[in-house]
Amino acid sequence: MNKLKSKHLLGIKDLSIEEIELIFETAKMFKEVLSRPIKKVPSLRHLTIANIFFENSTRTKLSFELAEKRLSADVINFSSSVSSVKKGESLLDTINNILVMKVDMIVMRHPSAGAPHFISDKINASIVNAGDGTHEHPTQALLDAFSIKEKLGTLKDKKIAIIGDILHSRVAISNIYLLKKIGAEVMICGPSTLIPKYINDFGIIIENDINKALKWCDVANVLRIQLERQNINFFPSLREYSLYFGINKKLLDKINKDIIIMHPGPINRGIEINSDVADSKNSIILDQVENGVAIRMAVMYLLSLNKNE
Amino acid sequence: MMLKSKLFDKERLDITVNRLCHQLIENHSNFEKSVLIGLQPRGIYLQNRIIQTLKNIISVEIPSGFLDTTFYRDDFRTKEIPKAKETFMPHLVDDKNVIIIDDVLFTGRTVRAAMDVIMSFGRPNKIELLVLIDRKFSRHIPIEPTYYGTKINTITSQKIIVNLIEQGFKEDNIWITNNE
Repeated sequence: MNKLKSKHLLGIKDLSIEEIELIFETAKMFKEVLSRPIKKVPSLRHLTIANIFFENSTRTKLSFELAEKRLSADVINFSSSVSSVKKGESLLDTINNILVMKVDMIVMRHPSAGAPHFISDKINASIVNAGDGTHEHPTQALLDAFSIKEKLGTLKDKKIAIIGDILHSRVAISNIYLLKKIGAEVMICGPSTLIPKYINDFGIIIENDINKALKWCDVANVLRIQLERQNINFFPSLREYSLYFGINKKLLDKINKDIIIMHPGPINRGIEINSDVADSKNSIILDQVENGVAIRMAVMYLLSLNKNE
Repeated sequence: MMLKSKLFDKERLDITVNRLCHQLIENHSNFEKSVLIGLQPRGIYLQNRIIQTLKNIISVEIPSGFLDTTFYRDDFRTKEIPKAKETFMPHLVDDKNVIIIDDVLFTGRTVRAAMDVIMSFGRPNKIELLVLIDRKFSRHIPIEPTYYGTKINTITSQKIIVNLIEQGFKEDNIWITNNE
C-alpha cells in the first residue's frame, strides 16, 4: 500500500491498520526531513491549502501551517472570529467561496460534530478534520500513538490510560479508536460525570480511581479539563478535581513505576497535571508537539496523492 | 516474446566495480573531503560494494550516506508515486565533494531530484555522478555521468533488469530485455 483509500481524513474510525501504519512510516521519513539544515520538500508546491478554524487553536493551527509550509504548499488562513461568518454566512457558502479561489485542500476545525463529513460530500477538495466538536481529532490521535510507538517501540499490548475529561474530548475518542485498532489496551479514568455512557460500547476499561489507573498503565495520556464546553458543573470545584484526579510527583513516587506522561495541550498546570510531572523526564509532551508536524505532513502528503480521483 | 541479453555477470561486475574504484581514487585520493551518496533503493547495493572495494584498496573510512528522492519528484500531479523510503545522511555536505551513486542512469530525473535533496543538506563543493549502466540517448534533462560502468544504446521499451545477491538472488546478473 502506498496511498490512503480516501482523499479526506475525517476520523480515525474510517482508517484501516495498514493506512495507519503507512501514515506512521511516512511521518518517520518527514521527521528526518525536519532534522535537515533546509527543512522543506517541494512535494505539495502545486497545491493551495486553506486552514479554516471556526474554533480557537494554537498548537494544531501552527502545526498544520508549519507542515503545509514544509511541504511547499501555498497556505491561506481563515478564522471565523474575524470573518463574514459573523455576518451570518453559512458553512457551505463560506467553504464554497474559499474553494472557488482554487483551493485544493481544506484543514477544518469546527465546534459541531460531523461538520467536515457534511462538507466532504459537497465539494471536490480534500478535507482534513482538525477537530469537530466533541467527535474526533484524528491527527492528534495519530501523533499521540506515533509518539508512544517512538518511545516504546510498539503499541501492541501496551496499557494506555486516558485520564480526565472524557465527555468533552475528541482527543479521547480518536485515541480510543486508534489504540484499539492497533492492539493496545485502553483504560479511561475520570469522575463518573465526565465519562459518557456510550463509552461502554468501545469495550475498554473504565476506572474512577486515579491510583488504580496509574498502577495499571504504561502510558498516561492526561486530558485537559475543558471548562469552555461545560455549561453545568460536573464536579464541585477545580480544587477538588485536582485533589482527586490531578497528577503530581508525590502520587507517581508512591506508585514507583516508570509511566510515560502525555498531554495534548493546552495544559491547565496545577489542575489535571502539576509542573513537576509535566516537565519531568518521563513526560513526552513536547515530543508530541514536535511529532505533530511530521504526522500532519504525512497526512496531507498522502491525501494529495489521491487528488485526481 | 521476451528477448534477454546479459550485460553483467559476477566476474564482469567485479572487474567494473574495481575499475570504478580506481577512477574514484584518482580523483579523490584519501576521500577526506568526499562523501559517497547511494540512491534508494538499488544504488545503495552498488555503493556498498564500492565502499568495500575501496577499503580493500586504500584502507580508509569512506564517509557515506544514502537518500530517497520520492518527496522531490517532478511528477506528483500525473503519476502513481511509490512509497517513500529512508534517507540517512550523517555527514553535512558543505564544501564536500559528493559522489552520487546509482545503478542505472535513464532519463536523469532521479539524479536531478537527488541533487535537490543534497542541496537541502548544505552546499557541496562539487557533485559527481557514478552509475553502473548509462542508457545513452534517453535523457530528458542534460545530466551526464562522471564515472560509468558501461554505456549502452537502448530504446524506451527496453528494460534493464538488475538481479544482485543483496536482493536475495543466487548470483549477480544484469540483463537488458526486449518486449516484442
